[in-house]
Amino acid sequence: MTEPVLSVRNLQVEFVSRRGTLRAIDDVSFDIAKGEVLGVVGESGAGKSVTGLAVIGLIDPPGRISGGEIRLSGLRIDNLPPEELRRVRGKRIGMIFQDPLTSLNPLYRVGDQIVETIRTHLNLSDTAARRRAIDLLAEVGIPAPDKRIDGYPHEFSGGMRQRVVIALAICAEPELIIADEPTTALDVSVQAQIISLIKRLGRDHGTAVMLVTHDMGVIAETSDRVAVMYAGRVAEIGPVQDVVKNPLHPYARGLMGAIPTLAGEDKRLVQIPGSMPRLSAIPRGCSFNPRCESAFDRCRVDRPEPQTRGAQSVACHLYDSASAESAA
Amino acid sequence: MLAFTLRRAIQAIGVMIAVGIISFSMFRFAGDPVNQMVGMDTSGTERAAIRKSLGLDDPVIVQFGRYVGNAAQFKFGVSYQFRLPVTNLLMERMPATLELAICATIFAMVSGILMGVYSALRRDSWLAHVFQAVSLIGISLPTFLIGILMIYLFSVTLGWLPSFGRGDVVHIGWWTTGLLTLSGLKALIMPSITLGLFQMTLIMRLVRAEMLEVMRTDYIRFARARGLTTRAIHFGHALRNTLVPVITVAGLQFGSVIAFAIITETVFQWPGMGLLFVQAVQNVDIPIMAAYLMMVSLIFVTINLVVDILYTIVDPRLRSTVSRAH
Repeated sequence: MTEPVLSVRNLQVEFVSRRGTLRAIDDVSFDIAKGEVLGVVGESGAGKSVTGLAVIGLIDPPGRISGGEIRLSGLRIDNLPPEELRRVRGKRIGMIFQDPLTSLNPLYRVGDQIVETIRTHLNLSDTAARRRAIDLLAEVGIPAPDKRIDGYPHEFSGGMRQRVVIALAICAEPELIIADEPTTALDVSVQAQIISLIKRLGRDHGTAVMLVTHDMGVIAETSDRVAVMYAGRVAEIGPVQDVVKNPLHPYARGLMGAIPTLAGEDKRLVQIPGSMPRLSAIPRGCSFNPRCESAFDRCRVDRPEPQTRGAQSVACHLYDSASAESAA
Repeated sequence: MLAFTLRRAIQAIGVMIAVGIISFSMFRFAGDPVNQMVGMDTSGTERAAIRKSLGLDDPVIVQFGRYVGNAAQFKFGVSYQFRLPVTNLLMERMPATLELAICATIFAMVSGILMGVYSALRRDSWLAHVFQAVSLIGISLPTFLIGILMIYLFSVTLGWLPSFGRGDVVHIGWWTTGLLTLSGLKALIMPSITLGLFQMTLIMRLVRAEMLEVMRTDYIRFARARGLTTRAIHFGHALRNTLVPVITVAGLQFGSVIAFAIITETVFQWPGMGLLFVQAVQNVDIPIMAAYLMMVSLIFVTINLVVDILYTIVDPRLRSTVSRAH
């Protein structure tokens, strides 16, 4: 197998506060291959966005990466000096944020912001960068790009602004795009367009995509693989059709059950009782145990380690042969 | 854009007419102007003749119309104490005041913005704490006290700088400038700092607060995610967004710099309009006071207009709202 574009191993992120250290990300590992879309899904506060920010090196103090490693095409990037990390950002990793209305600087023309980014990373003249900016705007589907390039952000609609943000993210042909809830702030009709745009760009350029969202529908439609996160850990990771059709982790089962379908009869939607623990009060053992219907004694004591089941990997004692016996 | 400018200009004229009413009524409330011009032993008929020749018998509205008409042509009558046209007196002194106000504003803007940016970006450095302390002093100590303390230190004790006056000035047409001679420049230093200190602290605190605010916004985070250099982020993106409110405050403050110049000019015996005004108050020289009021409000109103237009240049969002509003 060729080397993955992104390889995260045992990542830990901590936030130091006056009341002690909070662990936002605990022992998270995953890979993304070239051209692959990894969906990262979970409730708010599960650590999805923090994982994305950690990969691109934008965790601000008091937060810090306290363990593990992140490799981009083999190069370790979590411990790079700030200036080298800056050169990786925008050039080798592009990022798309949630709210296109606030992602662009309102005082600069759209084209100036794209040209500025291109010239920061690529050795191009002003005119060449401008030509490239027009091409990029055309590629992300902005009509009349040679005119719109001189527009200000407030002259674009939300969906169009997100297209500009995507153009900014891909302007130096990055190997990896991190899209942090790219469609949450948009209309449903626009969401589909943006999703298919991200998918097409990933396919055309062979870019790896890390798609952070809480929308399972988006994941099912776009991703090749999906990672389900819960309280700063990966509960389950695997090919998207397996995880959606046959979720193993009780939390993943709950999440999939909570997707409304039109086909089903008047079944009540499945709810997961309770809410995700706060970072300061993560329970001992499996962090999901207070909300889990299948929890047994060991879940309240031991942290489950990831178990491989076919193409899926699941962190749950139910799939651990030793504990399955003791539970029986 | 043109409609916007025109509308603002009409508003400005309205303000000037209101100020004109106040300045005109000063003549009426301060007693009979004829009494102030003539001696004790002038006869009643002579007084009536003077009153008639000055047009003081006409109805108030006619007098006001004449006053505004003259003021619009910069004719403000004759000073009681100097027996010279007020306009000439003011024009003679205006360069001194404007030069002082401009130097003070430049000093305030440059050092205020630099200190503000520094203390926002290096929030925990010792120098940032020093700036904060200095700004506290600047905001709480009265102007005249700072001026007097500086005179004591730099003129009396050290003897480096002149304690009063403008030094040697050069005439360029009707304008006189102290910027071209060494003694003129030396004389400018202390008054400019004294006058600009309050604005400097104001701008510094404003820039610091705005900059901290802007650094937290999404577009700065996105700019970092795009891999832009720290310098481009701080000075290209953050500072420009900070400058919108700073321009307003600095612009509006320029008016109060000219008004505050009264105190600084008195402390440093600076031969400007402020000093002329203080002398006029002492001698109840109403034409000068009225004209000074009109001049200062004209400057205020003009600056307001310029600031409004500058706004739309810095912030493109206002350009479209402005044109959409018409």
